[in-house]
Amino acid sequence: MSFDVPDDRKYLESHEWVAVTDGTAKLGITDFAQDELGDVVFVELPGEGDDLTAGEEFGVVESIKAVSDLYSPVSGTVVGVNDALADQPELVNEDPFGDGWMVELELDDEGELDDLLSADEYGDQIA
Amino acid sequence: MNYDQARWTHDANGESTADQYEPLLSEKNTEEVAVDSPLPDDLTRDSLELPDLSEPELARHYTRLSQMNYGIDSGPYPLGSCTMKYNPKFTEDVAALADAAVHPDRSDRSVQGTLALLDGLQDYLARIGGMDAVSLQPPAGAAGEYTGILVAKAFHEQNGEGEQRDEIIVPDSAHGTNFASAALAGYDVVELPSGDDGRVDLEALEAAASDRTALFMLTNPNTLGLFERDIGEIAGIVHDAGGLLYYDGANLNALLGQARPGDMGFDIMHYNVHKTFATPHGGGGPGAGPVGVTERLAEFLPAPRVRERDGGKEFELFDPENTVGKVHGFEGNWLVLVKTYAYIARLGDEGLRDASAKAVLNANYLASQIDYDIPFGPFHHEFVASAGDQDAADVAKRMLDYGVHPPTTKWPEIVPEALMTEPTEIEGKETLDQLADAFNSVASEDDETLESAPNRTTARRIDQTSAARNLRLSWHALEEEE
Repeated sequence: MSFDVPDDRKYLESHEWVAVTDGTAKLGITDFAQDELGDVVFVELPGEGDDLTAGEEFGVVESIKAVSDLYSPVSGTVVGVNDALADQPELVNEDPFGDGWMVELELDDEGELDDLLSADEYGDQIA
Repeated sequence: MNYDQARWTHDANGESTADQYEPLLSEKNTEEVAVDSPLPDDLTRDSLELPDLSEPELARHYTRLSQMNYGIDSGPYPLGSCTMKYNPKFTEDVAALADAAVHPDRSDRSVQGTLALLDGLQDYLARIGGMDAVSLQPPAGAAGEYTGILVAKAFHEQNGEGEQRDEIIVPDSAHGTNFASAALAGYDVVELPSGDDGRVDLEALEAAASDRTALFMLTNPNTLGLFERDIGEIAGIVHDAGGLLYYDGANLNALLGQARPGDMGFDIMHYNVHKTFATPHGGGGPGAGPVGVTERLAEFLPAPRVRERDGGKEFELFDPENTVGKVHGFEGNWLVLVKTYAYIARLGDEGLRDASAKAVLNANYLASQIDYDIPFGPFHHEFVASAGDQDAADVAKRMLDYGVHPPTTKWPEIVPEALMTEPTEIEGKETLDQLADAFNSVASEDDETLESAPNRTTARRIDQTSAARNLRLSWHALEEEE
């Protein structure tokens, strides 16, 4: 089976993605991750104003198979949360790179993006 | 053996409704009863609909419900890690004796028999675990874990190391309760990755243990059913770092009369009496998770405990000197403890040793008869097979069609598509062969058959996703839908 790995964003080995536009970053989990998890039933996210640290946990995603921690690829302050996931956790399965996004951050240091995997590198990891 | 589970449906108003199972008791032969009450009008109803049933009609109602259920009286229940040990029915009789109904506030002098039983059980458990002192108070296994951690905390605090020792080490294969108990007690949890052989990796433990280690929590045999044969070295590493060693009693049923945690170097342990000594699983009802400790920790156990006075002629309750306090009411869940005592007393030394040996023999026999791959071994009372290319959840659903309960699935995660199987000591060869046939039939079936299963049970495939996404946690939710 092949999975979507859009090349307009960066990736973490633990299957989170980050996409940056104009200094704000959106985070989510990859197509591969949602497929491994199976039907997502609950997503626990931080609140606006919370500070996230690169490499540390920022939330939890629960599926009918497993409960997994979410790791932040970058450091920053939460400026937006995808509230739709509270009632529609299935968005993570249906559109992991779009409507299934999780939080929006104001980045502390764009330089951190250089430490992350490119689409090609991440694609090789899950191949 | 062919299997078809009963499916009692009923006609409502002459219309056949195949999805409507046996109606609720409150919907049967209801008769309106007028009520004359002295209470104010706004607190009363004028009438009440009550079922009007004869004794056999009532008995049939419950028999039908039980026929549409699956339990240990229907067939084998090999749920690994949970240890669905059979609870001999005589223990219920013992707990139902009129003499067992004692008010907890009665004076020590008037309940000497009760105290003698509790004292005897403390001794039995201490001897079985190789511990010096036991508290019967914790009401469940996880509560026992938490209590054990409180004892460890009190010990480190007494040594002036309470703040410094802020970490508890837990192997990645451990039961989830270990992580939860440690976190609840305010500790940082350090997860220890398993070695390639599925056991504790000594080098990883060496690296993790430090002057911050309060406790190392371990199950032996572990969740894969593997005996931690380096337990002597493990105890050495933890104790050299100044930490204590905690035994999770989840798998003690594999060791009864064969080996004792206290002799392996463990300092604290809990006993899952529902897994080891035949009491019902808690599951919302009362349970018990007694805690045993070595001599130096006895002063911290919960209060009260029971002890002999006047050379065994009398018994009394007492509070250990530096007790962590109460973790439950009175002396714990008394009737569960009565069942525990009855089971141990009935089996005796030989019987307990035999139960343990048969649990291990049964697991190994069943494992030898099934076609699925079993990556780790040699194991004790349970084994973890891999469903390979099949989905373990589908395998479980399909096994129901063969009239057996499936094993625990998809855990531990170190084995892909895990089928965690524990037949327990109670089943004979014929039943084990029936289980093996079910495993092997399913192993040879295609995905389509598996995905459509179960087909022979009262309720077919449950929509787990909808159930989890649209939680209905009380009957009010059903009313709102109507």
